[in-house]
Amino acid sequence: MTVTDHSRATADTAHSHGLGTPTPDASRADRPTSFEVSDFTVPGGREEEWRFSPLKDIKPMLADEATSGHLEWDVPELPAGVTLTDIDVAAARERSVRAPGDRASAVAAAHSGGARVLTIAPNTVLDEPLQISVTGTGQDVRGHLLVEAGESSEATVIFERKGTATYSEFVSVDLAQNAGLNLVLLQLWDADAVHAGEIVARLGRDSRLRGSVVTLGGKSVRLNTSAAFAGEGARVDLFGLYFADSGQHQEHQLFVDHAVPRCTSRVTYKGALAGKTARTVWIGDVLIRKEAEETDTYELNRNLVLTDGARADSVPNLEIETGEIAGAGHASATGRFDDEQMFYLRSRGISEAEARKLVVRGFFADLVQEIGVASVEQSLMKAIELELEHVNEELAETEA
Amino acid sequence: MSTLEIKNLHASVDTPEGTKQILKGVNLTINSGETHAIMGPNGSGKSTLAYAIAGHPKYDITEGSVFLDGEDVLEMSVDERAKAGLFLAMQYPVEVPGVSVSNFLRTAKTAIDGEAPKLRTWVKEVKGSMEDLRMDASFAERNVNEGFSGGEKKRHEILQMELLSPKIAVLDETDSGLDVDALRIVSEGVNRVKENTGLGVMLITHYTRILRYIKPDFVHVFVNGQVAEEGGPELAERLEAEGYDRYLVEA
Ligand SMILES: Nc1ncnc2c1ncn2[C@@H]1O[C@H](COP(=O)(O)OP(=O)(O)O)[C@@H](O)[C@H]1O
Ligand SMILES: [Mg+2]
Repeated sequence: MTVTDHSRATADTAHSHGLGTPTPDASRADRPTSFEVSDFTVPGGREEEWRFSPLKDIKPMLADEATSGHLEWDVPELPAGVTLTDIDVAAARERSVRAPGDRASAVAAAHSGGARVLTIAPNTVLDEPLQISVTGTGQDVRGHLLVEAGESSEATVIFERKGTATYSEFVSVDLAQNAGLNLVLLQLWDADAVHAGEIVARLGRDSRLRGSVVTLGGKSVRLNTSAAFAGEGARVDLFGLYFADSGQHQEHQLFVDHAVPRCTSRVTYKGALAGKTARTVWIGDVLIRKEAEETDTYELNRNLVLTDGARADSVPNLEIETGEIAGAGHASATGRFDDEQMFYLRSRGISEAEARKLVVRGFFADLVQEIGVASVEQSLMKAIELELEHVNEELAETEA
Repeated sequence: MSTLEIKNLHASVDTPEGTKQILKGVNLTINSGETHAIMGPNGSGKSTLAYAIAGHPKYDITEGSVFLDGEDVLEMSVDERAKAGLFLAMQYPVEVPGVSVSNFLRTAKTAIDGEAPKLRTWVKEVKGSMEDLRMDASFAERNVNEGFSGGEKKRHEILQMELLSPKIAVLDETDSGLDVDALRIVSEGVNRVKENTGLGVMLITHYTRILRYIKPDFVHVFVNGQVAEEGGPELAERLEAEGYDRYLVEA
């Protein structure tokens, strides 16, 4: 007997197409950005960018006041051409690729107590991924982080976040001309962590950014990633993988701003949900401005609902202001676990728990490969296994 | 020597319009080495019979019994039935995205045997079976049934049957939609497994054509959820000449 029979998938209920349907903002481009906290009102929950968010958890991060907490940084010996420096709040404003786009990140930048800058010098080529771990120790923390990839540099940088904290951050990612950066943000928080982050990337001419976000841990995680093209011939690939259990809220908002011609963007996010109160939100906005001729873009979000009650919202939104594009598309699908797949596998002797593992592993397999860092791939597959163990235990209990 | 014994089997399915009775008392006994052709018109309940034996959760067994070598099959979960030695080659095999054929086969073999197969002999076995079924080696790396043609799906089912060596196999319209070449390859596969393992076969089919390649010992005409007539191979010849009309009029 499978208990996945009645799982609810909120498939296309929240699927809105930008074309033809007016969004509450006239255009995504009209959203204000500012370093002044007072330029943003405290969200009440009806705003387009906050309407799915767990404001109760995020509330402490919206207060315009300093906190004393910090995260523990574990930084390996840095290779030649890479530096990690501390700068003050004013300097960090100057060096960020743009100002924060919402109140939480404006507060994070204003009260960070200074920013950390990871700089990769021009023409530096890192053969090995650089992994930096930050660990929360239960404090209330505001952070501002800058990653600067110099001209024609090539690097893989992994930020792993673990432990617990109430953490908000503003992350600026700057790719100079022809830089290649593979940036991986791992949210492996303990179960009670709350994390709100805004990541803003600017891509110089011919640069290439692969930005991966993996969200497994934490009570509430809300990440808002923007990528803006500043020069022609650049490409961004944004990957996301998330797995929400009961009690977890995982929200990923994306905005790709095609402001110049001949750039390419791909957004691929996949999530699995298990447990009655598991909740995920994905909002993917792509704007192709009038100037952005020969743009090539595609965004995809897929959600796999493993058990009853879990809810996934998926809202792709494509705004096109020029007719001269190479390609633009989006796809969004939320499906519940497929009983026929389960039956097929089980009819070959494979146990229910093992069959579920096969299907979920299969669901994530191509995405995990895309992240393109061998060490991350392995630990991710392990982490997914672990999540599935929990699911299997939970289901076994409800069945018993 | 194995025996699958189906007695007075009734099965129904829940539909939006209410409960629908599909199987209305099926009696059938299949021994190792025997091939039973189950022939019937579309909608007569052949797939339901196959699914009921395999334990598909959609179908409720309302009456009757299924025993394999004295063990109560209806008490077993889907995977337990497979481990007990039952195999169902499906009419419409299911796609499993992201799961490669080789991973799938190895996982199934491990589950059925209770231990992982010895790598070297296993690889050879898989390769040999695939060659016999004229499946290209690249198949192993493709995702299960994803983008497979109809013929490829059916060959893949027979490949699984050969590798998992069940006691009794139910082949649900394995012949439908195959061209003659594919039909011959698939039939050879079934005959090979029968010869090598003494497999008992329930060969569900809509057409008589496959019976030129797989010789049945018994033929059962299946109409309206029941066996309407039973006989030897000669019954198939009669069906080929007359079709199912005679039974449908009676039903
Ligand atoms: N899951 C189902 N839901 C509703 N009706 C079904 C279901 N499965 C089978 N049926 C109905 O039961 C009858 C027998 O179907 P099936 O067993 O597939 O027949 P066959 O394989 O002989 O063509 C058909 O009328 C079919 O529509
Ligand atoms: Mg059928």
